[in-house]
Amino acid sequence: MHRYFKTIRLFWSTAFASQLEYQLNFLIELIAMVGTLLGSVFILSLFFTGGRQLGDWTWESALVIQGVYTFLDGLTNALLRPNLTEIVNYVREGTLDYVLLKPIDSQFWLSVKKFSFAGLPEIILGLSIVFWAAIQSGSTFSSYSLFVFIISLLIGFIILYSVWFLIAASSIWFVKTWNATEVLRALLAAGRYPISAYPVILRFIFTLVLPVAFLTTFPAEAILGELKFNILFFGLILSSLFFIFSRLFWKFALKHYTSASS
Amino acid sequence: MLEYRIEIALWALSGVLPFIMFSLWSQNDVGNSFGLNDIGLARYFLSAFLVRQFSVVWVVFSFEEDSLSGRLSPYLLQPLHPLLRYVAAHLAEQATRLPFAIAIAITFFILNPSSFWLPSLSQLFLAYLSTHFAFTIAFLLQSLVAALCFWTEKSSALERLIFVPYLFLSGLLVPLSAFPSNVLKVAMLTPFPYLINFPAKILSGMPVDIFNGFLAQILWISILVPSVNILWKLGVKRYTAMGA
Repeated sequence: MHRYFKTIRLFWSTAFASQLEYQLNFLIELIAMVGTLLGSVFILSLFFTGGRQLGDWTWESALVIQGVYTFLDGLTNALLRPNLTEIVNYVREGTLDYVLLKPIDSQFWLSVKKFSFAGLPEIILGLSIVFWAAIQSGSTFSSYSLFVFIISLLIGFIILYSVWFLIAASSIWFVKTWNATEVLRALLAAGRYPISAYPVILRFIFTLVLPVAFLTTFPAEAILGELKFNILFFGLILSSLFFIFSRLFWKFALKHYTSASS
Repeated sequence: MLEYRIEIALWALSGVLPFIMFSLWSQNDVGNSFGLNDIGLARYFLSAFLVRQFSVVWVVFSFEEDSLSGRLSPYLLQPLHPLLRYVAAHLAEQATRLPFAIAIAITFFILNPSSFWLPSLSQLFLAYLSTHFAFTIAFLLQSLVAALCFWTEKSSALERLIFVPYLFLSGLLVPLSAFPSNVLKVAMLTPFPYLINFPAKILSGMPVDIFNGFLAQILWISILVPSVNILWKLGVKRYTAMGA
């Protein structure tokens, strides 16, 4: 276990050093982040014109969801995107061989090798919005609701990671998975709005098939102190299943790996 | 292109955002507040989806890859503007997308039978024309960013700075008539509403100022063409043939 922590520290300090070269990138990400947030809050406000509510969510509580989304988007930009979009290149260029030879778990290596620090402001901003909007909507935090919030964020992140890793791992067979990732990203954008705002059939899909609800709606309910315990329990099971499946799938995919260019 | 059928099908699917937004607007009965009933909303968002399918541009990504891997050097030696090569690739893929787009439209009509409509020939022609203009504007905008590849290695990061306003101001998420009038005024000063909102309104049969719309599209094209040309010429002078 200690070895894994040490590896992460080494990976991320190198990542930090190499990204200092691209400071402009950092600035661009910052502008894009502010623009995205302004835009989506504006679109959200259109739903509330004329004192309407969005799927029985008030304006403030819907902002909590935007905060959770921003937070997860930051994590995606910092960790998931830089690492998981690289897997296809390792497969195509045959450099996956070297990863497999290393005396460390290959899924771990592929998932944490890089860290994009440009995602950090988004993570911080996301969390700030969550707490600010939760206070605005009259939520009183208890240590219990904070605990449930952290657990449900973890559930959301594990589900997101597993689905994305599954798609990335399928690059062992299909060399171009970029488009599948785009489909995933388009669908995840549904997480900007509360799940109860969707028609019934989409609610079902977004809870059980592609569990977008677990990514944003349920963590937001958790911090507002409205999350039902059985949903949390179900989320724990669902996220474990997703994660176990992603590991099994990776092992299975490696059996079919026939190394390019060697 | 026909080799990558799955890939193109996935590309078509990745444009589902207008449908997600449609389900939200209609489920929450917001359409009425900006003068659209459910059928109008359905038609608008299906049109927005179709317009996007035939106007989406990725030249900056192809160009960055070619520039970093050194493939650009032989292109620059040929007596053909390298950008035209990308135009051809885009048009070819648009053609292969047509069957997928039609399949998605049919599925949409099966799910929402009441929204079925056939645009008249003149509407279809005007929508076709304005979608092509929209494609041209989007292509030129991205070419401007792509030309920055001559200065910086990572110009695809800059593309985000176009994509963000495009996402919110083009009408992909909501018809622009829903905007408060002061936001709308600012939005209409940018090229983005002419990329989705204007062609989609024509196609879905919503009332639209056709003359001024086309005028604005042509105006943007005539501003962007010389800008791209100038930036390109300046850039080629600085070209250092990376990776070659």
